[in-house]
Amino acid sequence: MEKKVEVLVCYGTLCHLMGGSDLQLLGELLPLDLQGKVDLKGAPCLNFCNEVDNGKPPFAVVNGRKIEQATVKKLIQEIRVELEKK
Amino acid sequence: MAVTNNAMLIRRDLLTHFIKLLIEDNLADVDRIPLEMRPKNESSIRCCIYKDRAVLKYKLMGMLGFSSRDEVDELIPLSDYARKAFNGEVQSDKILTVVDEACSSCLKINYMVSNMCRGCVGRPCMVNCPKEAIKIVDGKAKIDHNICVNCGQCMKVCPFHAIVYIPIPCEEACPVNAISRDEDGVEYIDSSKCIYCGKCLSACPFGAIVEKSHLVDIFRTKKSGKPLVALVAPALAGQFGGDLGRIIHSFKMLGFSQVYEVAYGAEETARLEAEELKESLNAGEKFLTSSCCPSYTMLVDKHLQELKPFVSKTATPMHYSAVKARELFPDACTVFVSPCSAKKREAMDDANVDYVLSFEEYGAWLVAAGIDLNNIESETISEPPIAEAREFAISGGVTNALRVALNSSNLNDTQVNGIDKTSIRLLKSFVKNPEANYVEVMCCEGGCVGGCNVITNPKVATRQIKNGKK
Repeated sequence: MEKKVEVLVCYGTLCHLMGGSDLQLLGELLPLDLQGKVDLKGAPCLNFCNEVDNGKPPFAVVNGRKIEQATVKKLIQEIRVELEKK
Repeated sequence: MAVTNNAMLIRRDLLTHFIKLLIEDNLADVDRIPLEMRPKNESSIRCCIYKDRAVLKYKLMGMLGFSSRDEVDELIPLSDYARKAFNGEVQSDKILTVVDEACSSCLKINYMVSNMCRGCVGRPCMVNCPKEAIKIVDGKAKIDHNICVNCGQCMKVCPFHAIVYIPIPCEEACPVNAISRDEDGVEYIDSSKCIYCGKCLSACPFGAIVEKSHLVDIFRTKKSGKPLVALVAPALAGQFGGDLGRIIHSFKMLGFSQVYEVAYGAEETARLEAEELKESLNAGEKFLTSSCCPSYTMLVDKHLQELKPFVSKTATPMHYSAVKARELFPDACTVFVSPCSAKKREAMDDANVDYVLSFEEYGAWLVAAGIDLNNIESETISEPPIAEAREFAISGGVTNALRVALNSSNLNDTQVNGIDKTSIRLLKSFVKNPEANYVEVMCCEGGCVGGCNVITNPKVATRQIKNGKK
């Protein structure tokens, strides 16, 4: 069984305010070929927002890698990057 | 509007910075906000960071209720304006203003020939132009903008898609032509035409349209020790993860002493509007339209007088809940928590609503206060309103609530889901040929969940409101 790409989306209030609310649609916007290959979870504030060096919200984590200014499009790209690694 | 672009994110960031200072009671530092947001040695968005900072200053001035055009002395610091606003010395009734420094004065040219023009032999653009405004210059088509009437024929017939349409986003978004360029080329909002839908606010890619905020007034009241009551609109239940109990608790954390759900007012609106519908149909009227969207009622008052006899006289959920809140908490200041600028306008004429806090301002306040809604308790709502009342915020929801109140399934209804130039024409046609006996009109597509101040994607918000009712 192929290991799924783990995507953790920050559902913290700050990320939500700064554009993160759209990320809640990631699950249904996944292209057909990616469906079933992603383990999608939401998390309370991941605390990335406390450190300026982390970049700008909204944040997400794809297989342990922090993604700043996350958008649905950007996350789909990052999921593909992870799948190609294998 | 929830669909994000950077201009909106800057606005939310600006609000968060500003509220932090309000919480610290340190408005003297407001002059630092533009410097904090655009620090030295960082890349600029406009021509240079100095322009960026100036724009932020003027946006803050607009939020405080001052128009950047009224500025007489550029050396007066922002903190002076903030102090005046905090002391309640602004008496501006302008809710939406254009920050002239931010307005890019978008070109008034609608159709333009791009360099994809091949100067073809057929020249359909030239042949089909009804005004003979197109000539071939240096082997390419050229539109004479003094003759062009913006009909768009040339764009339709060009086989190379070489002619482009360049809209002025705010003018394009405005359903009632209330915004136009003044003699300086800067956009100006004509308040005699404006219906405060906020579509220009969401549409401007330069973020040049600013909404006056009541934040300073709310904090002034809070400082005076007067209790604050939050009137929470049904649409808020779909925002921020959709846990209304947590949202209610968060208001207590922000310093509100009471929270009153506007859905109770919606129950009242539904009950009274159902009675009114029955009576007016019995009296032989052709149809009745809803009245809970203030943008729509303003549209009728300012632009569609012929529809006036058909608009329900029942007041909005905000009004009934504000009356009730005033009765329950007579010494408190009432703050309506709102999805759009039209509600802010409506509140100005309602003595029972003191101030309005937009969803965006509420979100920025949570962030400024360091509150994460995921990590706080959820308050139990002891006597929840009927589920249909909470769905007022979704297109079709008012009709549903009415159907329940009428206890009838044979309501012959239709919905106008979003006001634009096309739906205005449709509304006009109802006077002669009504399609239904009840017409629900929502200015924003999808209902209040699509308002200009919402945070959550309307699709998600709709789902969250529907899930919440279980």
